[in-house]
Amino acid sequence: MPLTAVAATEEDLAGADREYLYTLNFGPQHPATHTTLRLILTLDGETVVKAVPDIGYLHSGFEKLGEDLDYNQYVTIVDRMNYISPVANEIAWHHTVEKLLGIEITPRCKYIRTILAELARISDHLLCIGAAALDLGALTAFLYAFNQREAVYNIIETASGQRFHPSFTRVGGLAADVGDEWIALVRQFVRQFPKAHADICRLLNRNRIFLDRTRGIGVLTKEDAINYSCSGPVARASGVVRDLRKDEPYLAYPELNDAFKVVCAREGDCYARYLVRMEEMIESLHIVEAAIENLPSGPVNVDVNEKLTIPDKTAVYRSIEGLIQHFELFMWNRRWQTPVNEVYGAQETANGELGFYVVADGTGRAWRARTRPPSFIHFAVFPHLIEGHLISDVPAVLGSLNIIAAELDR
Amino acid sequence: MAVDLEALRHRFGEVFTIEQFRDNRRLILPAAHAAQTLLPLLQCLKQEYGFDMLAELGGIDYLGYPNATDRYAVVYGLTNTQTGERLFVKAYANDPQPELPSVTSLWRGANWMEREVYDMYGVRFRGHPDLRRILMPADFQDFPLRKDYPLRGYGERHNFLPLTRAES
Repeated sequence: MPLTAVAATEEDLAGADREYLYTLNFGPQHPATHTTLRLILTLDGETVVKAVPDIGYLHSGFEKLGEDLDYNQYVTIVDRMNYISPVANEIAWHHTVEKLLGIEITPRCKYIRTILAELARISDHLLCIGAAALDLGALTAFLYAFNQREAVYNIIETASGQRFHPSFTRVGGLAADVGDEWIALVRQFVRQFPKAHADICRLLNRNRIFLDRTRGIGVLTKEDAINYSCSGPVARASGVVRDLRKDEPYLAYPELNDAFKVVCAREGDCYARYLVRMEEMIESLHIVEAAIENLPSGPVNVDVNEKLTIPDKTAVYRSIEGLIQHFELFMWNRRWQTPVNEVYGAQETANGELGFYVVADGTGRAWRARTRPPSFIHFAVFPHLIEGHLISDVPAVLGSLNIIAAELDR
Repeated sequence: MAVDLEALRHRFGEVFTIEQFRDNRRLILPAAHAAQTLLPLLQCLKQEYGFDMLAELGGIDYLGYPNATDRYAVVYGLTNTQTGERLFVKAYANDPQPELPSVTSLWRGANWMEREVYDMYGVRFRGHPDLRRILMPADFQDFPLRKDYPLRGYGERHNFLPLTRAES
């Protein structure tokens, strides 16, 4: 497909058509893009004069599928959006669906979801930091980070039976309750993670090469961060004090409010984004620790009599009410009776505000399942961040924004 | 502190209606008034009411939706970063030339999100600096998230003829 390098930014840079400028195609298959995205860079020597992103290589119609699959089935698709922290997507999706249906989930479910969401955040930040450092030549931090991600995978596997795409949440609850083994694993993770975190800090925080490659690179001012709709660590590294966990508390965050702080920085460069992510992991760990020690007992699903949640298998096989309820939720002409209305629900995931705008038409599947993808919005800032920097800064800025192409293209 | 939407409604000649569902407050702007009112309304909300961030912008196709009057809608999710307050503005557009004013002059973050709405629904944004397809290929003809676009079946991939050995 021919792509003309028309002005993607609002002001056409003066002299961008000069003859000696060199056009470089960065991607779609390039190790530093991590997944499939393409940049058309116009270079003056080694300086990037203009960058035009070309995305859509991984577009697979997730939102169209969201209009065909029902509220429980679509969880397997949202899993695959930000595949670095899949559980956080599921929790955000069902948060919106439960808001639509007006379900108040049980305390135990809230706590388990909070723990999983925070573990997903840690896992996402670990990958982001490890890969960003890897692109700048620091291989060791990447291995340390992936060692810890392995521990998070084990926790998720113990809870759901799947390591990568757990599909663990359901409308009004979870696919299964967690056991003592899972709690022990989480406790073990809480104990051993600070050491690995300190190791990564020692490898990178004062590393001369890492500092030179990230400090003052890709500076995003506070005004620009707000104007470009940035959220999450990218916005907070630029001084926007906004965290949905504090501003619009959901799940168990109101009760765990004292356990964590919002991490912000002022500089807005790649190093600030790195530091914010590093500190957020420690805050997340505090949340996990507080939540696992205060994990309430009780059911994980809302009361089955509300006819909203899939009944327990024992009830399905042994009682007529359970069997009826099971079929009510699995037959195409039954399922949920939703209000004919629409709702937007957002959660603070590792990358930023992940929101879903669900339009319901009264049937069991969404009329429209719009995703507000943080990666998409952050990547739109990229041409603004990279202009005037060297071509070797492209991987540094890309890594600090944590672009996940599956979420970018959906 | 919630903004006084009734006063705002009087100021704009009562062209929009106010809805609330759960914690979402929405201003509904019908297609007849969207072209003229949308941009001044959003500008007023941004500059006077402090909604400085466009957190969300997405399209919806209401073809066949219960009690729908207009076909396309674009939802602008505004956020006040100081107070954390949210407000949604929903503007409608209709066939045959669905068009709305672009808000890229107010929020540069709207650039890609409007391109995505154009790509998926064919709603054009007047005044957009670079209204191209973003996710679908540049030579793609249809708008895949419209309700009259089929979910499955024969489609574009069947228009690509298989390569012969001589051509490859």
